[in-house]
Amino acid sequence: MGGIRRLDPYTAAGLAIYAVFLAVGLAAPWLAQYDPTEILMSDDGQLAAGLRPGAAHWLGTTSMGRDIFSQLVMGVRPSLYVGLTAAAAVATIGTAVGLVAGYFGGVVDQVLMRLADMLLGLPFLPFVIVMAALLGPSLTNIILAVVLLLWPNAARVIRAQVLTLMQRGFIEAARVTGAGHLRIIVVHVAPNVLPLAFLYGSIAVGISILTQASASFLGFGDSDVISWGYMLQDAYASQALSSGQYFWFVPPGLCIVLVVLAGFFLSRGYENLLFPKLEA
Amino acid sequence: MTRTLKRLAHMVFVLWAIASILFLLFRLLPGDPTLAYIDPSFTDDQRQQILRDFGLDKPLGQQYLIYFGNLLHGDLGISFRQRLPVLGLIFTTLPNTLLLTVTALVVAYVFGGLFGAVLAWTRRSRFEAASIPLVLATRAAPDFWVGMVLLAVFAFGFGWFPAGGASSPGATFSSQWARVFSVDFARHLVLPAATLAIYLQGLPVLLMRSNMLEVMNEEFVTMARMKGLPERTVMLRHAARNALLPLVTAFALGFGAAVGGNVVIETVFSWPGLGRMLVDAVQSSDYPLAQGAFLLIAAVLVTMNFVADMLYGLLDPRVAHGRH
Repeated sequence: MGGIRRLDPYTAAGLAIYAVFLAVGLAAPWLAQYDPTEILMSDDGQLAAGLRPGAAHWLGTTSMGRDIFSQLVMGVRPSLYVGLTAAAAVATIGTAVGLVAGYFGGVVDQVLMRLADMLLGLPFLPFVIVMAALLGPSLTNIILAVVLLLWPNAARVIRAQVLTLMQRGFIEAARVTGAGHLRIIVVHVAPNVLPLAFLYGSIAVGISILTQASASFLGFGDSDVISWGYMLQDAYASQALSSGQYFWFVPPGLCIVLVVLAGFFLSRGYENLLFPKLEA
Repeated sequence: MTRTLKRLAHMVFVLWAIASILFLLFRLLPGDPTLAYIDPSFTDDQRQQILRDFGLDKPLGQQYLIYFGNLLHGDLGISFRQRLPVLGLIFTTLPNTLLLTVTALVVAYVFGGLFGAVLAWTRRSRFEAASIPLVLATRAAPDFWVGMVLLAVFAFGFGWFPAGGASSPGATFSSQWARVFSVDFARHLVLPAATLAIYLQGLPVLLMRSNMLEVMNEEFVTMARMKGLPERTVMLRHAARNALLPLVTAFALGFGAAVGGNVVIETVFSWPGLGRMLVDAVQSSDYPLAQGAFLLIAAVLVTMNFVADMLYGLLDPRVAHGRH
């Protein structure tokens, strides 16, 4: 696996985008000139609503007089939070289930895989909406719904990988030397499926961020959290489209594209690593 | 044959499981479980009647059987808001969703097949290097945002297309067919279908490209080349034709997923389809309608997954069908 050292351009681009957004997310409170929820007044005591971009407001203000640039910068945080939490959960649950199902087989395998089939039959966004409506609109509930629907993909592939690993000599050798199930799984099998866990984790980053944005746009997001999806919903509902306030609704969309794209780039780099045959 | 039956049994299992999950979801939600069926504005008589009809006064196990009985009879209950049978409401919105989905899918797959083949052809060129990140970016873009940008530019900016809905206010048509084939309907369809097509085309482009690259190394392509056939004939007749097969299954899968994924696009364009109805129903706590719309979307998804599996076996002789 010498591929890690000579970073392919996709992986490099993906990592660079993540690094920039992470930095912006960490520095957000200093970068944002205003409180993103504060209703601003202009000097003559009027509502500073619908201002065009300028020196005071780099991206102008919303129809409620809120600073768009500050919202955009603060919106990095919920997106990264959703993306990274969902990715970690999908990778962890997918790996755990895949290992257990593949290693033990039999009834355990049957039950877990039928559960996965069931969940994969659920329509994605409709299920997230229903869950958000029933459990209450919050980032955590959206992450929960996304993870519930995404772990089966990872678990299936990891299980298949475990099944082929089980045929290999070193597992047999470990068993013969008296290693227990836990030791075999953790020491001998798990390290070999980690790349797959990373692949499905990085795919989950993009899907969860997109889903969170869609859910917010449809009104099932947390209305106390300024996220890019919330900004887009606000712009759409405030007629920003008909008044041509592109500076309001284009930047949040572009930010989503960049973050999700970075995830795709990374997973593509991983695929090349995992399946060198596909490398063009 | 046994494979088909097995796969069919699997489909029925998944459908049953989804219907059961939905039953539990709507009854285990916090608060009064009868809220799932009864609107506070119903009179007491209506309330008792509905409680009895749906067996909501009975224990959970018995309710489950009644729910399934009703479901198998196609009885999805009565919508709270419209006070009409859910099934009828669903069937008035279904054609709009299907037309939107099919139009977008056809555009996306025709374009995707051609463009993917071109990318494989121009492999390692600067054109290919620039195209792939662009195609990935269309997959990374939230579809509702693409729709918003198209709306702002083409509906509000240039005024070429209407800003929403499926027909102009006040427009009347002699029949469903007359409506669907009217210029008015087509003008309303352009932007939502374009938005969905932009989202969908990325998969066929990338799929076609990698299929072509794989097929181009196969013996029958080398054979065609050795026969001295011109490069164009080799590419179109021999390589592209075989690379198209997986696209057919992807089309079926895409159809199943798009019917459920239309939710946001239909909302952005106020398109009177199944997805928007689901969102409206969930937002206004119209649980019977939400449940019905969800079940239908899930049924389409699961059925198309089944169709895709079957097509895969039928179309590609290399997937030995029933011979194992």
